[in-house]
Amino acid sequence: MKSVADPAGTRKQRWEREVVEPALGKSPERKGPFTTISGRLIERLYTADDLGGLDDTNHPGEFPYLRGIHPTGYRGKLWTMRQFAGFGTPEETNQRYQELIAAGGTGLSVAFDLPTLMGRDPDHELCLGEVGKCGVSIMSLADMERLFDGISLADITTSMTINSPAPMIFAMYLVVAEQQGADWRTISGTIQNDILKEFIAQKEYIFPPRPSMRLITDIFAFCAKEVPRWNTISVSGYHIREAGSTALQELAFTLRDGLEYVQYGVDAGLDVDDFVPRMSFFFNSHSDFFEEIAKYRAARKLWAEAMKNRFGARNPRSWALRFHTQTAGVSLTAQQPYNNVVRTALQALAAVLGGTNSLHTNSLDEALALPTKETATIALRTQQIIAHESGVTNVVDPLGGSYFIEKLTQDMIDGTLKYWETIDGMGGMVAAIERGYPQKELAEASYQFQQAVERKEKIVVGVNDFIQADEKPIEILYIDDTAAGVQLKRLAELKQARDNGRVRRALAALQEVARGRGNTMVPLLECVRAYATVGEMCDALREVWGEYEEVPVI
Amino acid sequence: MSQKIRVVIAKPGLDGHDRGAKVIARALRDAGMEVIYTGLRQTPEMIVSAALQEDADVIGLSILSGAHMHICPRIMELLKAKGLDDVQVVIGGIIPDVDVPKLNGMGIHGIFLPGTPMQHIVDYIAANARARV
Repeated sequence: MKSVADPAGTRKQRWEREVVEPALGKSPERKGPFTTISGRLIERLYTADDLGGLDDTNHPGEFPYLRGIHPTGYRGKLWTMRQFAGFGTPEETNQRYQELIAAGGTGLSVAFDLPTLMGRDPDHELCLGEVGKCGVSIMSLADMERLFDGISLADITTSMTINSPAPMIFAMYLVVAEQQGADWRTISGTIQNDILKEFIAQKEYIFPPRPSMRLITDIFAFCAKEVPRWNTISVSGYHIREAGSTALQELAFTLRDGLEYVQYGVDAGLDVDDFVPRMSFFFNSHSDFFEEIAKYRAARKLWAEAMKNRFGARNPRSWALRFHTQTAGVSLTAQQPYNNVVRTALQALAAVLGGTNSLHTNSLDEALALPTKETATIALRTQQIIAHESGVTNVVDPLGGSYFIEKLTQDMIDGTLKYWETIDGMGGMVAAIERGYPQKELAEASYQFQQAVERKEKIVVGVNDFIQADEKPIEILYIDDTAAGVQLKRLAELKQARDNGRVRRALAALQEVARGRGNTMVPLLECVRAYATVGEMCDALREVWGEYEEVPVI
Repeated sequence: MSQKIRVVIAKPGLDGHDRGAKVIARALRDAGMEVIYTGLRQTPEMIVSAALQEDADVIGLSILSGAHMHICPRIMELLKAKGLDDVQVVIGGIIPDVDVPKLNGMGIHGIFLPGTPMQHIVDYIAANARARV
């Protein structure tokens, strides 16, 4: 499809000159610039001339998987509809899980509260008002037992959004599975376990970068032997995007984080093909429809080629990038919240057209509170409507071959490689983070976007245009402090009831391994079995490794 | 020439979502104010002590986690104890409607919910910050 050299320029240039220009004289275009939500300039038309020959050699299910990792797309298996949920006590969240399973949800996804995410027990001074607010409070194995009461871990896959304390929470999950008689070799699920994006974006870190990376490679090594079907990491762009990055930055930084984990795994003595097949990814689906689709397609190709060429992976499962998507919470508005259902549906459709392997759709009250049962159900129904009514699941990569999509995909690939070059030049992602590079990029992009909204260059319906003065508030889920009271009481009781000598010995053994080179998962499992708390386990490691403090970048 | 308004922007509690705090810090700075950003995970004691040390006219809190009804009363109490009653406290983040009158009752009137234009916050602070002597 190469265009023939023509002294009068390409066909597209001729069309611009002979057709567009006269038309513009009569009816001009709306005021530009025409850009994506990430600020990428978009031309009015894309043709074969923009592609310099469309590469038609990519097919789904084949290296480099640009058009999808499954040859049959969603004709075989639909994506997993995985709704993130958690609040209050383990019992309250367990109730919500039972409801989601009854409503046809096909996987669980645990949201933990901030004390759990930060490795603090509820009696720590920084936990004031935080217990059970943004997620479920899990202090010890006893809470994990309550969380999965009546839910068979052999039969469901569970995703757990936990990072710094990922090894502690994962150890609890494994012990509950064991208590239920489920086989570690066959259970499956995901732990987020992605610390690099915490340093870059979400800031839920505890230990400095290097010991944090060791905890992750310890999990890689442990799972390769003991829990072979577990997804050991979900390398996440979601939070990078929510913190204000562009689509390209999300893609480039996330995949570069992935490369960093692989490098650390290799440096720890692991074989690429032993742990990379269990790595997965997690992207945002923002409001700019085509840019998002291009991002997912580009991600698959970039990863496959990096695994094969940069790391010499031979197993096709190391090449194939699997990812979860969540629609963009940050795009949802507190104003006219019902509009958020529409935003979410479009974002979810983009994720599906991009070939996501699992999906969370946000609820319409995202900007106001955690979802109510009703709004969470509408969010799930949105996915079911796309899956069962829209027809988009009949065909693999339906937008493949679109000049625009293919050009955007190629631009995403080129832009990512450029970012990688910069980060490689700094000595890798850990080094880049230590000098604040991705943090600065995000601070700049988020400020630029906010200014574009202020100047009304970007319209947010209901916020800076189409404002409605007489809005009635909607009913929201209000989480009071009951859970905090319950959990504080339980914490005190736990410390009375358990064998505290065993806890002390287990924590000392953990510190011993942390100072040396052994795998931290082994002593952590004993800590968990002894009912040591998340706070105690993290404190033991804080004593050995110290805590990370960032230099804020504005 | 009048002295610059001094603003301490703080992230109390355990939450690390600092996009809003940082964007606002920069907007206030661009509007000619002196901005001190405390960084993450500040206790009420740390925030009030920063306000005292920095001779702040305004404390801007960014809270998205739902902990505001614990953090705000404590900060107001500490300010009073230190004789800093005239420091204006404003808050941005996710604040349920039912909490707004309660925060007003504590003396917090600048409450900025999602979607608030930056300019609105700049104007509010410029109009309400304590007068510099």
